[in-house]
Formats: sequence, C-alpha cells, structure tokens
Amino acid sequence: MSAATDERALRSRAADFDWQSRMLPSRLLGAQSTTRGLVTYGVLFVVVVLLAALPFMIDTATMAIATRVLIFALLGIGWNVMSGFGGMFSFGHAAYFGIGAYTTAACVVHFGISPWIALVIGMALAVVAALVISWLAFRYRLAGAYYALSTFAFAEVLMLVAEGNDWLHRTDGIGLPVAPGESWWMFNFKLNSPNYYWIAVAFVGVALAVSISFTRARTGRFVVSVRDDEAAAAAAGINPLRYKLTAVAVSAAITAAAGMLYMEYYGFVDPTTAFNSSVSNNAIITAVVGGVGTIWGPLIGAIVTAPLTDLINGFLRNPPAGLEFLHGHSGLDLVVYAAILIVFVLFLPRGIYGSITHWIQRKRRK
Amino acid sequence: MTMTQLDERLGETSVLPAARRRLHELLGQRFVRTIGVTVIVIAVVAIIAGLVSHSPDVVWQAIITGLLNGGVYSLIAMGLTLAYGVLHIINFANGSMLTLGLYLAYVAVHDWGMQPYVALLFVIPAMMAFGALTQKFLLNPVMNGASHNQLLVTIGLAVGLENLILLIAGPNPVSVTLPHGGSFSLFGATVDLGRLYAFVGAIAMVVLLSLILQKTPVGTAVRAVAANPVGASLVGVNIKNIYVLTFAIGGAAIGAAATLIAPFQSITPTTGDVFNLTAFVVVVLGGMGNVAGALVGGFVVGLTEQLAGIIFPEQSPLLSVFVVFLIVLFIRPRGVFGRAS
Amino acid sequence: MSLLEVRGITKSFGGIRALRGVTLDVEEGQILGVIGANGAGKTTLFNCITGAFKPDAGTVTLAGRDITGTPSHRLAALGMARTFQLMRPFHTMNVLENVAIAVMSSGVRHKRKAYAKADAIVARTGLEQWETTNSGSLPAAIQKRLELARALALEPRVLLLDEVLAGLVPSERIPVMELLEDLRTNEGVTMVFIEHIMAAVRRLSDSVVMMDQGAVLAAGDVDEVLGDPKVIEAYLGEEYARAS
Repeated sequence: MSAATDERALRSRAADFDWQSRMLPSRLLGAQSTTRGLVTYGVLFVVVVLLAALPFMIDTATMAIATRVLIFALLGIGWNVMSGFGGMFSFGHAAYFGIGAYTTAACVVHFGISPWIALVIGMALAVVAALVISWLAFRYRLAGAYYALSTFAFAEVLMLVAEGNDWLHRTDGIGLPVAPGESWWMFNFKLNSPNYYWIAVAFVGVALAVSISFTRARTGRFVVSVRDDEAAAAAAGINPLRYKLTAVAVSAAITAAAGMLYMEYYGFVDPTTAFNSSVSNNAIITAVVGGVGTIWGPLIGAIVTAPLTDLINGFLRNPPAGLEFLHGHSGLDLVVYAAILIVFVLFLPRGIYGSITHWIQRKRRK
Repeated sequence: MTMTQLDERLGETSVLPAARRRLHELLGQRFVRTIGVTVIVIAVVAIIAGLVSHSPDVVWQAIITGLLNGGVYSLIAMGLTLAYGVLHIINFANGSMLTLGLYLAYVAVHDWGMQPYVALLFVIPAMMAFGALTQKFLLNPVMNGASHNQLLVTIGLAVGLENLILLIAGPNPVSVTLPHGGSFSLFGATVDLGRLYAFVGAIAMVVLLSLILQKTPVGTAVRAVAANPVGASLVGVNIKNIYVLTFAIGGAAIGAAATLIAPFQSITPTTGDVFNLTAFVVVVLGGMGNVAGALVGGFVVGLTEQLAGIIFPEQSPLLSVFVVFLIVLFIRPRGVFGRAS
Repeated sequence: MSLLEVRGITKSFGGIRALRGVTLDVEEGQILGVIGANGAGKTTLFNCITGAFKPDAGTVTLAGRDITGTPSHRLAALGMARTFQLMRPFHTMNVLENVAIAVMSSGVRHKRKAYAKADAIVARTGLEQWETTNSGSLPAAIQKRLELARALALEPRVLLLDEVLAGLVPSERIPVMELLEDLRTNEGVTMVFIEHIMAAVRRLSDSVVMMDQGAVLAAGDVDEVLGDPKVIEAYLGEEYARAS
C-alpha cells in the first residue's frame, strides 16, 4: 500500500465519516458474527447429540468410563474459564469441586433436600468463596507465583477444615444413602442407569455453551481483553476487576457443578477425593492436553486422559511378561498423567485442539 | 578477576550510594522491629497457651519441640526459597524430591548398611545430580515461556515422582533407625537427639548457603542472575548454567534435609506432601528467596503449630499454620522478613 | 476554566521523584504538545492523568470535576481516552475486534451496531486491509494506528496521545496528522500529545509544554517555547541549534 493512496483514503474517509448510516460489508458480519457463531453452536449441538446417543452403542462398563470422562471434562471446562479465558492460573480448583460435592452430600444426608437445590446452593457457595479469595488476591495485588500459591493453599485449608469437622464426618467422608426406586427430583436411579450419563451430557453441554460465549458474547470478550492486556482494557473503559471476578465466579460455579455430579454418581466423598491437589491437577491436565483457552480443548483432553486410569489399572491387574513385579501395585496411572502433562508443556504447549487450529490458521495464511 | 568486575558492575547498577545507605538503615530498622513484633506475638500466644493448659511445663515442651521442628521445616524450605530467589519458580516438586531423598537415605542405611549420617555423602550428591538434570532437561526449556508452564512442569514432576515411588516401594511406611539415638532433658523438656542434630544441621546449612552466596565467585554469579538476568548475561554469565547450578544446590539442600530428618520420620510415598505445604508457608513467611528468612520462618511455623495445638486441641495444628499463612500472604506478600522491593 | 486542569502533580517511585509539581491547562478544542527528553516524566504524567497511577500530591480536573486518582475505566466513561507509547493490542484478537471491544464498552450494547461502528473507525484510521489480521502479529506502525483507532472508538472529549507518530516513516505520519486535525476541527476533540518529532509539534500544537526532570521547564506558544534558549539547551541541544 503506497502512502499516497493511504493518505487519500484517509482523507476521503475523514470527510464522509458517518458510521450510523454506513452499511457493514456482509463479508465482515459473516466472519465476525452470524455465520461463525451459528457454526460453533451447530457443532455444539452435534457434539451433544452424538454424546447423548452413546449409551445405545456401548456396554455399561464403557458407559461408566464415559461418565467419568464427562465429569473430568466439566472440571476442565470450569478451570479453563478462569485460567484459560481469564488468564488467572488456578492451582486450587479442588476447592470449588469439593464445595460442590460436600454441599450436595450435606444437603441430601443431613436435610434430605433435593440434589438439584443442593446444586444451586453449592454453586452459590463456591462462587462466594471464589469471589472472596480472588477479591483479596487482586486487592492485595498477588500475581504470578503468589497467586498460584494462594489458590493452592485455599484448597488445602478447606481439606483441613473438612478433616476436622464432625458434621462432615471428618476423614471418614460422607456416603449418600441408597434409596429404592427411581426419582429425577432426588437424582436417584438404578445402578448403571444411563440417566446419570445423560445428566452429565447436559451439564457439559451447558458448560460448553458458556465457553463459547467467551469467544463471542460481550462479557466474555471483555474478560479476554483484560487477559490480553489489563491496562489497555482499562483505558478502553473496561473495569478489569469486575471482569476478572466474573470469570472467577463462572469458573467456580461450573467446577462446583462437577463436584455435585461426582457426588451423585459415585455416592461418596471424603476430604481427599474432594479437596486434594490431585483434583486440581486433573482439571489442569485435562485443559492442558486439549488446549488451554480453547472451547473444545477440555472436552478433548478429558476424552484422551480420563480413560487412561481404567486402561492402566487393567494393565496392572494383568501385567505382561517381564513386568510381573508391577502386579497389584498402584500409582502407574498417575505417573502416566504426570508424564503426559510434562510432555505437553514441553513439546505441545497449545494442546491437541490448540495445535490443530494453530496449524490450520498458519496453512490458511499461506 | 572477572567476578570482581561483575561485583563492580552490580554495584554500578544500584542507586546512588547515599540513597542506598539510607535504604539499608531503614531495612535494618524494619528487620529489628519485625523480629521484635514476632517475638512479642509468639510470647503472647505462649502465655495464652499457658493460661489454657494451666501448665507451664506443657508450654515449655511445646516451645522446645516447636523450635526443633522449626529447624527441620526451614531445612526443607531452603532449596525451595533458593529456587524461587534465583529462578522465580515455585517448586511444587520440593516435597516429592524430599520423599525421594528419604527413600535414598533408607536404601543407603537399610540395604547398604551405611551409618545414617554417613548417608549424607551419598544422598547429597545424588539429589544434586537429580536437581541439575531436572533443571537442564525439564525446566530450562520452559524458562523463557509463561511462568505457569514452569509451575506445571514442577507439578508434573511432583505427581510423577511421588507415584513412581509408590509404584516401586509400595505404600507401607519404612524407617531409618539411629544407632545412638535417644533424648535428654532440658529444664524438664524432652529433647530428641535426632531432631537436635537436624536443628544444628539447619543452622549450619543457612550459614553455609549464605557463605557460598556471599563469598564465592559462583555465589556472586548466582546473585547476579537473581537480581538481573539480562545484565548478568551481558557481563558474560551463562544464565542457563547458573539455573542448573541453583537447582543442583537446591537439590543438595533437599538431600541434606531428607537424610537429617530420616531417623525420626516415618517414610511413605506421601511424606513429602505434608512437608511441601509447610515449606511453602515457611518460604512465604521468610520472604521468597531469603535464605536466612527461611530459618526464622521455620521457627515461626514450628512454634505456631505447637502452641496452636495447645490452644485449639480439636483442630489440626496445620490449620492454624495455614491461617497464619493466608494472613501473611495477603498482608505482606513479600514475607514478614522479606525485603521491601 | 479549562477543560483539563493539572495542578501540582507529584509522583515518586521508591525515592526517585518522577514528577515534581506539574501544572498545566488544556483549553477545550485545543491541542497541547508535550515535549522533553526521555525520562523527563511525560509518560508518567499521562499515567497520573489517566488513572493508571495515583499521584502522591496534586489534582487533575476534567470539565470542573476532580478526577484525581479515578481509575482508567471510569475516565473512559467520562470521555477521556489515551494511547500507549508501547503498543498494547488485545493480541489474541483481530484489528476489528480490538476496536469493537472499545465501542462495546463505551455503551453500544448491540453487537451488530458495535461492529458497524468499529468498521467505520477502522476505515477512518486506514486500517481496512488489516481488519481481520490478528493484532499481535501486526507491524509496529500499524499497531500504533490501532492504538489510535481504539481510543477513537470511545468518542473521547479529551484524547491523550503518547508518541503516536514515533516509528512511522514521514509519509505515514501525514495521514495520522490530518486525522488529528480533522478530529479537532470537525469534532472539537481536545488533545494532549507527547511527541519527539518537532515538525509534528509545530504543525499540530496550539500550545506546548516542555518537561525536564519531572517538572515543567517552559510552557506557552509553540514558537515561544521552541525558541526559548533554556529549552534549546536542555532538550534540543546542539543538533537542533545547527539545524535551525
């Protein structure tokens, strides 16, 4: 572009500047707004339909694995909202997961309340906890390593609280009572009922729709702009604190829902399964493997990583020749998770989905 | 000669001499004041504990145990604070590396028949090598990227190491016995010999690390990289090598800590986890990257744990430590004894 | 009463006094040029006016309203926009989205309208061909213009420009200067701009402030300030003296 034409273009623009009567070229709207949005939601619809059809094609053992994949995915999607789209890396998402699980357990066991009401209470509690801890962290300008430590420590504190609390049955944990009959209201179905799985699909569908809004809706775009550059966002009139806390709240709510789902599906929770750092790590690994800050990354990451535990435990029950000494040992699954995490961070930091889209974009540009 | 030049250049980069002297005066005053406040707070807590328990003996024992444990905590936190000070990495694998050191010490004593303290001669170099390799192959490649990538690698290392040990050694606890162990009485309080040795070891290590950092050319280079990596590389320091060296020293410190606490610690694959958390608290209290601060931080945590155990007998003593931790993190994120800038 | 009044702004960073009692006035519809050597405190002054820093002492008044220490995002709502010397695009978004974000935050809630307006601003700042390019991978000169476009999206009453012309080749500067002149003439936008390029300062400024070591060394009419021997000595040096 020569400077002269540039100049002429600018001059003419300056003269007839009138944005309200200007027609937006359809190519732009096509690229920015309508079509791409419809495509994304269309993909979501197809994904949800495919996931929902799965119980008709697989046996119950596989369905148990599939349900766990979805709980992992939900955890990863929740984490990704705050850490991926919001850019605030959390190392303590177990806190919100545990709050969701324990709230459900306490409501059902102590008060006989419907898990659905417990879900709302649990999400609200998780949001409040997340807002308080994050507000303090931002207020005192904890950044980077210190922010990571404060999130980590918060989950650990909750674990200690649960371990010392009689009402939450201390280290024994809480189990849901086994009730006869089926009830949607009490989230109570036969063992191996596909209903558990379908509810998980619905949760993941909603969480993915929320994720999509971070690439499209106003609030979500503001969150991303604050992540990209806080000072520039503030100069553009966006209140950084407000949108950071928004991301934190949404993230905590989704993660608490994952906790409720876990509680209802497995029927038992103790301080370690709820608040241990391994829960936070699962959320992180799922998103890192799939692609941090992408819509589909956590789901893909969960599909890749969550079945590994079953595969590896099966392998340990029947180790091949030469590896018999591993028989009956545990820990290999987590060794593999750890190796996957390190390998992805070192060699594929964009994750599976992130790398594919990056590759496609680069190809398109050429 | 080059190191002297480096020292001079470091001097040049700092502010005017007068301003610097004044800053030191202020820092000195603040340090003394903070120590004073801390001692007063602990004394008040001790008095409350005495009132709650109605027994000065119990409080006296708690103070002795708290100080001895505090020495152990600071020992474990030494490598963590060093890594943060130079690499600006929070090493989430600190606890798992401690576990590795504990099992190495166990193997040396149990399988090879070494005397528990002679095992230092094996565990320290082994952990030093482990630290160096970790930094060279796992952390150096991500040192220039986003800081969370470094944290993710250390998390992966923590989980992998812990479970690898579980896979190989199994979950059952093992222990290392001290041949001439035992305890003696100090004005009515029992002092365990193993803990006393660890306590002495902690103080020796702070002195040693401070000497290395302050008096040796290598220490100067490490400090230069910590203060200003770009400047250090401009005067010819190979930053990546210094990173490797720092993590190796950190590994050596963890190895020493592991061997020293092995005689009185039940060893399981998750032992390090417990200490991991305490070590974070110690490091934040002492100021991340502050070796001497870690010693004081260790004492504060040890005393908090013991005294809070008396005041709130139903709660986990770790909980009070965490409450102190969160308060300090928010009120003074640079640490109670950390520097102002 | 001037539209923007800065009174006695002082700001220190750990013992170093970056600003020592800076006072200046900007009349509505005028362009004030701020000149001075690197490190004179120009950008710090901007940061204090726009709420990025809270000044230690002094006041900033916008249209009679005390805005000292008001956070940036509220100032944007009050009609103050700024650009950054070191470009700060939302680097994961394309150019149009960058501008649209600012349009949306300034109150255009409807997405279609917001993008239409953003598209117009993009065109006005000559960024059309870059519209769908990722802003993080733009050349520096284009990022500078994006800074300007994003500021314009807020429809500001006062525009603070931190070296918008730096890094542009002379032929690229002309359209930007014409745009600024047009903004003042046709839309009455008041401007404060930090600039090292004297030709631009002469052409655009109604008045000039010269800063040195955190204080205002000279202020007034362009020729007056640029002709001041103090200024020539402190900032422009021999080179300028030889050139003129």
